[in-house]
Amino acid sequence: MRNTEQTSVGTQNPTRFDVHLSGARVAFGSADIFHDLDLTLKAGSFTCLLGPSGVGKSTLLRYLAGLVEGDVSGNITCSDGQILKNRVAYMAQQDLLLPWRTVRENVELGAVLRGERPDHKRAEQLIAQVGLTDAAHLRPAKLSGGMKQRAALARTLMEDRPVVLMDEPFSALDPVNRLRLQELAARVLRGKTVLLVTHDPLEALRLGDNVHVLSGTPATLQDAITPSGQSPREIADPDILAKQAELLRQLGAEIAS
Amino acid sequence: MSSQNNPHTNAKSIPLSERRWLKLARPVIIVVALIATWQVLVIMTGAPKYMLPPPADVWNTLISRHDVLFDHARYTIAETVIGLFAGAALGTLAAIPMALFSPVRFWLMPILLVSQAIPFFALAPLLVLWLGFGLASKIAMAALIIFFPVTVAFFDGLARTETGWLDLARTMGASRWRLLTHIRLPAALPAFASGFRVATAVAPIGAVIGEWVGSSHGLGYLMLHANARVQIDMVFACLLILCAFSITQYFIVDRILRAALPWQPDSLKPAR
Repeated sequence: MRNTEQTSVGTQNPTRFDVHLSGARVAFGSADIFHDLDLTLKAGSFTCLLGPSGVGKSTLLRYLAGLVEGDVSGNITCSDGQILKNRVAYMAQQDLLLPWRTVRENVELGAVLRGERPDHKRAEQLIAQVGLTDAAHLRPAKLSGGMKQRAALARTLMEDRPVVLMDEPFSALDPVNRLRLQELAARVLRGKTVLLVTHDPLEALRLGDNVHVLSGTPATLQDAITPSGQSPREIADPDILAKQAELLRQLGAEIAS
Repeated sequence: MSSQNNPHTNAKSIPLSERRWLKLARPVIIVVALIATWQVLVIMTGAPKYMLPPPADVWNTLISRHDVLFDHARYTIAETVIGLFAGAALGTLAAIPMALFSPVRFWLMPILLVSQAIPFFALAPLLVLWLGFGLASKIAMAALIIFFPVTVAFFDGLARTETGWLDLARTMGASRWRLLTHIRLPAALPAFASGFRVATAVAPIGAVIGEWVGSSHGLGYLMLHANARVQIDMVFACLLILCAFSITQYFIVDRILRAALPWQPDSLKPAR
């Protein structure tokens, strides 16, 4: 699991640009979820977004993915001058695997939806990388929860987009499977610009280079906490534990107010 | 409460639905029981043969008149099957544009709903007048009553595509057409299948009503004539063939749909 020296198939296209979000505003009805929100995702960095339920974490992520419609404003710019659209891969809490397609067919979905020829070889490599070679021909109904999220991860990597947006992708898994998938994700996503939404402070600290707390109504971003060392970090690391306590305080203080 | 134990009287016994031999024997037992009930009714009521013929008489008619029965059954079966596919095809053609384009939905939905208020059986004479005594009017009748369940079920399935799939497809840069063919259509197939199952069950009704109103062939025609001549055993023989055909058709369709949609949860198994 921890052989970091092997060249991973997922990182063949490292990100070379920062993503800046400025003056972002999303409102549902008359209530602003957030307004005047700024966030920078540094090229190749892993950013985690924590916060209480319903604060707007997912909305912010979906905003970046271009999936929020309606009362929306703000600017998304990339430091290379190009637009972000079509350079984003999206992974949600639900695996979103199509039940009529096998694991391999699900991994190759993006190409099929764009009318391109899927790269079978690369799909097989990615399936191997997430440890699903033996299950590649199975439909999702035959997979466990952890296997489904692995397949979803392989599908996300298959898109080979420089920016990866993940919305609580491991929250439905049991603790052991979650730790395994975090390690896998840290390994295969290295070099990509990642924004991960989670409600688990430990997950954020294991994986994130920058950990932001989003809180309040309208929601505002707290200054980033930056755990030291390379991800995936040890759960028993004293620095991680101390920062986890700090994050919980930040989250708890918000809940109390 | 604590002193009272939960009664687990039947915890060990296997549920009826899981005993294999019983499952296989079930249709035979049901048919035998129905025939026995029929025979008991005949004996108890003392009904004359021209009111309620005993099972044995109907069986004899089935055997002795099998050539006539078979000849007419061919027409009814053809009308039903063609009507089923025509109705399902029309329903599909109506449901897809309605799901895809909101103006189509806006104008077509009320028509579709109001059309359900029309008693289709009352249209049968008109259909015969317009389309003649032949197969066409019966096929139209069967197709008409099938159209609605198929359209509604398929439209519903298409309209309820899991939003997560749509989001994912959007980030993947899917075109509207590929989104339809690769996600929305396959996702709606189980809903279409349940509509088609309902249609399969009602299709023979349409064909027989059409035959009653005006025809020179078919089990409906045969029944009407036998009834007028007080050949009630013949009427019963026609009914039995219709039942057997309906049930067979339903199971064939159900098998095909299951084989075609292997990811679909087994609809006949009770939820636990």
